[in-house]
Amino acid sequence: MSAAPLFSANGLVKHFRLKGGLLGRSRGVVRAVDNVSFDLAEGETLGIVGESGCGKSTTARLIVDLISPDSGTIRLGGKTLGIDITTRELRRQIQMVFQDSYASLNPRLTMEDAIAFGPKVNGMDAREAARLAHGLLERVGLEPRRFAGRYPHELSGGQRQRVNIARALAFSPKIVVLDESVSALDKSVEAQVLNLLADLKAELGLTYVFISHDLNVVRHMSDRVMVMYLGQVAEIGPVDAIYAAPAHPYTTALLSAMPSMDPDRRTKEAPLTGDPPNPINPPSGCRFHTRCKHADAVCSEADPGLFALAAHQHQAACHLHIPGSGHRGRRVEA
Amino acid sequence: MSSLATSRSTPRFEVSPGYWSGVLARLARDPVAMLALLVILALVLMAVFAPYIAPADPYRGQMLRRLRPIGTPGFPLGTDELGRDMLSRLIHGARLSLLMGVIPVFIAFFFGAFIGITAGFVGGKVNSVLMRTVDVFFAFPSVLLAIALSGALGAGIFNGLLSLSIVFIPPIARIAESVTTGVRKLDYVEAARASGASAMTIVRVHVLGNVLGPIFVYATGLISVSLILASGLSFLGLGVKPPEPEWGLMLNTLRNAIYVQPWVAALPGLMIFITSISFNLFSDGLRSAMDLKS
Repeated sequence: MSAAPLFSANGLVKHFRLKGGLLGRSRGVVRAVDNVSFDLAEGETLGIVGESGCGKSTTARLIVDLISPDSGTIRLGGKTLGIDITTRELRRQIQMVFQDSYASLNPRLTMEDAIAFGPKVNGMDAREAARLAHGLLERVGLEPRRFAGRYPHELSGGQRQRVNIARALAFSPKIVVLDESVSALDKSVEAQVLNLLADLKAELGLTYVFISHDLNVVRHMSDRVMVMYLGQVAEIGPVDAIYAAPAHPYTTALLSAMPSMDPDRRTKEAPLTGDPPNPINPPSGCRFHTRCKHADAVCSEADPGLFALAAHQHQAACHLHIPGSGHRGRRVEA
Repeated sequence: MSSLATSRSTPRFEVSPGYWSGVLARLARDPVAMLALLVILALVLMAVFAPYIAPADPYRGQMLRRLRPIGTPGFPLGTDELGRDMLSRLIHGARLSLLMGVIPVFIAFFFGAFIGITAGFVGGKVNSVLMRTVDVFFAFPSVLLAIALSGALGAGIFNGLLSLSIVFIPPIARIAESVTTGVRKLDYVEAARASGASAMTIVRVHVLGNVLGPIFVYATGLISVSLILASGLSFLGLGVKPPEPEWGLMLNTLRNAIYVQPWVAALPGLMIFITSISFNLFSDGLRSAMDLKS
């Protein structure tokens, strides 16, 4: 890429120490995010997919600096977090919308107060903040006259999530991290909120990090997709390339699990069996080798690392695609 | 709050009734809680206006008319072992008894909530240190702890209040800690952190409003316990000293008369029972009225 990325994460690592047992001795380390790097170009949407526990939400919290990484750097607009940009400044430019619309809103605050809270703590005059809140409510499709004075329990899930989006926009952020933000909504409401997100992006020139387990929605929303497995990036690339020609066997398995509208394309057997391995003691080498049908000797020995493929910007972490890795090739299915 | 100002300047806006007015409305529809509240108010009024209500001097006794039964002319509730008017003593007793019930809980609410919220919000090592210290007090049964503290401090109203306050700090701190820990993990606190708000602002706007209610409800439930413990201390001669009228103390001094005038001797106990059950029922009503999801 020629232009410098708006945001870049480099080698992010976040391990959670499991305490417990006698005298709080460490019982192990959960490698929630292990050496994750990616860039965000201005105005794009990066989808992040993966099974539960693969580190999607931890990655989201690292991006917003709600938790700080054990190692690795975060750069926003060419400035490095902790060196030329503070957490406070970063958070003003990167906002987040959570999955649980009800838990995201303080039950004691009206919608207006909920949205105006952020600007007010950052020094905006109360009246001006209220006006801003009304404008934002209007913008997300909630008539301020009816909704500004309402409390969270009086709103539907979709309406609450619109308020959460409005709150995230109160800072005029550059990047909005949507952590499963539409997953809890029912399908018709989900579609409306997705359309709203698309409109807002076009209008305000936002950059999205769109985290979801719904592959159809990710395909619809994203420009690029990052597939995560056990805290690592398995594959990253343009949405069309990944959905048309997935390079990593894990991506292939995920995609074949995707429900299809075409009865001829139904999945006949479970693409993946079993649960992902425990992230406390991840498998050696390629972390996917325990469940991979193409696994070879080299897979349990060496970590493949991300490798650039032929297609533009398409990278996968699989020995199959690395020339001279020692992998003896794809297993042909019987 | 600023929201009120904006709402007032633009009256066309639909404003939902606030949380607390909803709680009050739900509470008003609960007959048991309202009855309990009525009894509590009556008791408080009785305590405040005791000198005006009481027909006789609660301290003045006559040896000639000791232990008269209920319904004696001039002494509607009889007389005690020193010939003092029971009705007047019971009315005056409401003062000290309510004080001993409410004040320790109030003091403990203040300190317990402070300790618990701090521990819950800061978490980590601060939480461990504070809560393990509090846990030490849990090793003793509350009655024994109150007796031991009062015994060590010496008899008297002030020492009684002090020891009861100390007894109630640990349970309130524990509730406050668990409620705060629950709230701290919610997404709206995360969102507030993401907006760059300072810890104090988050506690003030997002935590206090959501934790003080449940802690308060729990504390009102402790008033009845405090009342009973205070009566217990007085009964043992550790709290209020004679000749002050206080229900627990009256129960103690009248216990020798239980075979002579059982009904008169039971009256202070009845007052303790009515008061403590009223506080308990009111606290239950408040708890369900504050539950938004019901």
